[in-house]
Amino acid sequence: MPESAQFKKNAQRQLNNTGLQANLQRFGQRFAKARAIAIAELEDFSGLRQRATAWRDLTLANLDDWLIRFETHAQRMGTQVHWATTAAEVNQIVLEIAHKNKVRKVIKSKSMVSEETGLNAALQQSGIDTIETDLGEYILQLAGEPPSHLVAPALHKNVEEVADLFQEHHHTPRQTDIPTLCREARHQLRPHFLSADMGISGGNFLVADTGALVLLTNEGNARLVTTLPRVHVAITGIEKVIPSLDALAPLLRLLPRSATGQSITNDVSLLTGPRRPGDLEGPEEHHVILVDGGRSELLGSELQPALRCIRCGACMNHCPVYQNIGGHAYGWVYPGPIGAVLTPAYLGLEHARDLPQAATLCGACEVVCPVSIPLPDLLRVWRQRSVSRGLRPWPERVLLRLWLWCAMHPLLYRWIHRRLSWLLRQLANDSGQITYFPGLTDWTQGRNLKAPDQPPFHAQWAQRHRS
Amino acid sequence: MKIGLWITCLVDLMRPRIGFATLNLVRATGHSIEIPEQQTCCGQPGFNSGDTSAGRAMAMQFLKHFESFDAVVLASGSCAAMIRHDYPRLFANQPEYQVRFQELGQRTFELSEFLLRHPFDLPPTTQRFSGRLTYHDSCSGLRTLGIRSGPRQLLQRIPGVEIVEMPDREVCCGFGGAFSVKLGDIATRMAENKCRSILATGVDAVVGGDLGCLLTIEGRLRREGHSLPVWHWAEVLAGTVT
Ligand code: SF4
Repeated sequence: MPESAQFKKNAQRQLNNTGLQANLQRFGQRFAKARAIAIAELEDFSGLRQRATAWRDLTLANLDDWLIRFETHAQRMGTQVHWATTAAEVNQIVLEIAHKNKVRKVIKSKSMVSEETGLNAALQQSGIDTIETDLGEYILQLAGEPPSHLVAPALHKNVEEVADLFQEHHHTPRQTDIPTLCREARHQLRPHFLSADMGISGGNFLVADTGALVLLTNEGNARLVTTLPRVHVAITGIEKVIPSLDALAPLLRLLPRSATGQSITNDVSLLTGPRRPGDLEGPEEHHVILVDGGRSELLGSELQPALRCIRCGACMNHCPVYQNIGGHAYGWVYPGPIGAVLTPAYLGLEHARDLPQAATLCGACEVVCPVSIPLPDLLRVWRQRSVSRGLRPWPERVLLRLWLWCAMHPLLYRWIHRRLSWLLRQLANDSGQITYFPGLTDWTQGRNLKAPDQPPFHAQWAQRHRS
Repeated sequence: MKIGLWITCLVDLMRPRIGFATLNLVRATGHSIEIPEQQTCCGQPGFNSGDTSAGRAMAMQFLKHFESFDAVVLASGSCAAMIRHDYPRLFANQPEYQVRFQELGQRTFELSEFLLRHPFDLPPTTQRFSGRLTYHDSCSGLRTLGIRSGPRQLLQRIPGVEIVEMPDREVCCGFGGAFSVKLGDIATRMAENKCRSILATGVDAVVGGDLGCLLTIEGRLRREGHSLPVWHWAEVLAGTVT
């Protein structure tokens, strides 16, 4: 059973994890505050957001056509395009490419899709040395942990923990100064960059009319991963295709602002095929793997807007649930509100049945999402599906039926409210507070409930009118 | 103008005083008021739990009892958002009904929206609160209906009231309806954070516009041993609390 099926338990554990709580608190609203400033600098955020949304919708409406257009143009530049339906197929394709090219060492820049497929484990099992080169991912690889955030994968770790990890794995004196740690990581990674046979990256966008793969990074490692080794393989979801460079413009402006509050990402690469005669750099082979992995199921459904996602992380940076429990509690690759929408889609609702419940529907995510994904509505869609598939626990189902039946019968409803009001008063202590309520312990464990101190409104109103 | 007053199910059961305060305030605008006795609940508990048919059933009931009014007023942003924003969407496949719900939604007002449009004098009272208040923005009223300055403006009409803004004022308090009884640990932590923000202001009382949030905030404050009063802003405006 995947971790995502254990949300409530995971969340409890993370709430009691004092180290994580301190890290989350330190991180706090940092990204959110930076975003607010960067968005305020834009002349017309809502217009830009509408354009970005429209561009994303345009390709999603005819995804197959746009993908084929991308494929045609990419192939024309010498890119080898592969199509994979499942996670297993992705790994299979990567391994085949690796074997054909006698690859012994792989360097990776950030790829969330490869997290979906568990690629690192598959490579290691085939005896291929695999090294993550994004600093956050590198730290997590040493720690043997999955990422907990879309943009800052090692957000749950603090400097002290990184210092321990580096000391243990690099056999170097313990350092706690961040620039020194970065230098140390760079020093460790450099030989790998030079000796790797294959580079694996993700892809932020696929440009249909030029066949280009767009990569946005801040560390510059993706540049090396995609150009130094003989072979470059990019793994990306089929939803990432955009029509043209015109579509890229608003997305380029919105993504870094929404993510970290930067006005532009440090490195923007547009990769078009392998090295051509006369090129100074570039791989001999360039592959793009287009991954379905459950995405096509969303097409044409109420959940299709989720495919607009450009993985900026703003929704989690503004999610009060995520901010308190961190990303690991969600139990799979994508955390936060977008994770709560995508995980049930990609793993199956029965493996993530509590994720759609993990929200107050406060709407903070929807407001900041640069491509206007109505996340609360989409969570509600999953809740609807949970109800119609009978996946909610029976007490909840019974209660909902009972509630509806009463609410449809006003006289009965009045009577129940009068009895409940009385009962609540009986349960209260001398100061009118209820501190324990059987069946409602999820409330009373952390909050009192002040009992009503008079009969229900309608009871009083009816009495006044009668007399 | 004939006004239909909607008393939310939570107010009816838990804090009838808020209902009477609302009644007094709407009365002060001089319009005639009716409180249909068949009203029960707007349907959010079902709708937000994923039971669409329950949402539709409650919507139909609302239509039946309130369509004849010139305006409907209620003291809750989340119920008003349900009625104005969600009811029409629930009838996307039945255009005749959708139109009726849209029209009724346009005539349905959260209390502050109504009071800002209809002049009134503060009801006479012996219990006029004066002091420092902080106002909690409830999510659905804030983000779905855009209720932000209205309640603040109204409160500032009371002589001697000063509003102090809390840090992170637009962050959810952790109520979220069924969320608060399904995922109690997370809800508690969110309430704890909210209360920390509230207490940091050093105010004399905290007010809000949605009873769910108020029960959450009050419940957490009392659990932590704080006696800071927690009121619906309508109670302060109506002069039924000090
Ligand atoms: S859902 Fe929206 S806010 Fe969240 S990561 Fe995707 S694009 Fe960003």
